[in-house]
Amino acid sequence: MVTVSSWGRLNSSEHKVRRLFDRHRIVQQLQGRQTGIAYGMGRSYGDVCLNPHGILWNTAQLDRFIHFDANTGRLTCEAGVLLSDIQQLAIPQGWALPVTPGTRFVTVGGAIANDVHGKNHHACGSFGNHIRRLKLIRTDGTVIDCGPNFRPDWFAATIGGFGLTGVIAEAEIQLKQADSSWLEVEVLPYDRLDDFFDLADSSHTDWEYSAAWIDCLSAKNTRGVFMRANPASAAVNQPPPRNRRLSIPFTPPLSLINRLTLPLFNSAYFHINKRRTGRHLAHYQNFFYPLDTVQGWNRLYGPSGFFQYQSVVPCRWAHDAITAMLAETARYGDGSFLAVLKTFGRISAAGIMSFPQEGVTLTLDFANRGSATQRLFKRLDAIVHAADGRLYLAKDARMPRDLFGSGYPRLAEFLRYRDPGISSALSRRLIGM
Amino acid sequence: MMQSPKKRIVIIGGNSTIAEHCARLWVSGSAVDLTLVVRDRLKAESIAADLRIRNPQSVIRVREAHFTEPSAIQAVADESVDQGGVDIVLIAHGALPNQALCQQNLSLAHEALTINGVSPALFAEAFAGHMIKAGRGTLAIIGSVAGDRGRKSNYVYGAAKGLLARYTQGLQHRLAATNVKVVLIKPGPTETPMTAQLNQQLAPVKDVARCIVDGIDRGKPIIYTPAKWRWIMAVVRHLPRFIFNSLNI
Repeated sequence: MVTVSSWGRLNSSEHKVRRLFDRHRIVQQLQGRQTGIAYGMGRSYGDVCLNPHGILWNTAQLDRFIHFDANTGRLTCEAGVLLSDIQQLAIPQGWALPVTPGTRFVTVGGAIANDVHGKNHHACGSFGNHIRRLKLIRTDGTVIDCGPNFRPDWFAATIGGFGLTGVIAEAEIQLKQADSSWLEVEVLPYDRLDDFFDLADSSHTDWEYSAAWIDCLSAKNTRGVFMRANPASAAVNQPPPRNRRLSIPFTPPLSLINRLTLPLFNSAYFHINKRRTGRHLAHYQNFFYPLDTVQGWNRLYGPSGFFQYQSVVPCRWAHDAITAMLAETARYGDGSFLAVLKTFGRISAAGIMSFPQEGVTLTLDFANRGSATQRLFKRLDAIVHAADGRLYLAKDARMPRDLFGSGYPRLAEFLRYRDPGISSALSRRLIGM
Repeated sequence: MMQSPKKRIVIIGGNSTIAEHCARLWVSGSAVDLTLVVRDRLKAESIAADLRIRNPQSVIRVREAHFTEPSAIQAVADESVDQGGVDIVLIAHGALPNQALCQQNLSLAHEALTINGVSPALFAEAFAGHMIKAGRGTLAIIGSVAGDRGRKSNYVYGAAKGLLARYTQGLQHRLAATNVKVVLIKPGPTETPMTAQLNQQLAPVKDVARCIVDGIDRGKPIIYTPAKWRWIMAVVRHLPRFIFNSLNI
């Protein structure tokens, strides 16, 4: 038994960890009477990757590249390969991941199972939109090869399927051309929520990447920093900057992000970025993965861990819903440093349970303060529900079942593809098995 | 412009996870000419394919061999010299036996002693001869902290690894006046398939590989990895017998 917790560190419990090493032997390794769930880097925030007292199939060492065609940008690899390894391999050869989340230390299997998105959703969709083929291994020994055009039902169930349809063993990804490892970034501070929406609209066609930080304590006059970027041209070819890597070596006895420190953090962040207003070049690592330079940043929230609350609401309700959620957060007082706003575009997701849908997504972090935090979530849930929105399962540790049901109307269809030998804390909490 | 010749590396036991991660570090540094000597070709081919993708300029070969046959071992060493000499040889193969079963079945004990002790020693001997003639190269052998003192829970494996420690010591003495370096690596329990049955904190294989590649670069005679094992084993080696024998380890 090994103690495992997810990125939110809300709890840690014993698991039987079985390491998968050899893609040719996974079928045998999955057999057994106990249920399990595939576990990659444990970077999801809630309980989607946990299975207390049961089995975790650790894929971290299922990490071989299988095929790469530098002419077409098609990469086939095992599911435990990290996004960082792909970027490192592909970028010097003129290719890059078409979609990347805010950390590069996640596995390909996890990125598919959670159908992760990045700052370019409006231009490129989510991770699953770029998967050409995947190999799924069921606990009964069946091996299912599927893709957008063959066995598409299995494919659609597995993309964003939280690992519940089988263990993803291999995937083929279509990378996108990248002439440079740099981006041309524009930083635009704003001090009204309307300005955010205007900036998002006007950036839609000409900017591949966009996202905004928001000062969640600033209530009525919502200030924030809008960032948008495009890949730099091949002419920009400077060596990568030397980043100092910080690490949080231990868990402080209480959350360092609290009602005393947060106004200072937010004010400092706003003003530092205000001074950087305008255009500059940023290396892809600094632009996509600013938090990767602080190893173990999740410890800053102290021993009780933290929640991330990420919702998406359709455009027609977005302004009102986000205003209401920010008002609740400001009232709660103990808000979120990592508050991010971003618009999702029209590209429909490849998975029937995928999180991204057209609209606006708001991400908030909250230190776990027990029932006070839970009461806030109830109020936020009511807003999301009223606005026909949904919450992101990769971040969730507590959503009520009715919100899950209304947010994910294709659940019944999805359940037909479930592997009965697979179960997670999240599946038992939300589906009951 | 003339390209500088690729560094030539031979890994004995190329399917070993520690060796695979060392190989990844080597190909990520520069283009190398790497031969994986293995017992099972199928698995090695997927490792070789991965390494070729990581560095398309590298030459990655797979060579199947019999690991316990002295003439086959000699042939592997001779062949690599015919291909132009070697800069680094990493002898990495091994298999963790079940101690209790070895006590009941001498052929299992014999097999474990042979594959973990005799076989790597013979590979080292075969390559050492060629490296002395060439007057260069680094010969690295993966031993184990288990070889530092015999324990009831694991002494068949420990004895084989202890054999490697003594063998390496002899080679280091013999080669002291030459430019050939001999490196003994003693990993603690590491996250590899070999330790899949152990339920304890294991060292990440990436860290162990980094430590090995750096140690080989510097030609360190003995590498403990992770480094804390140097001090742990110093204590274990020096524990008085009456204390040691009362420990259930």
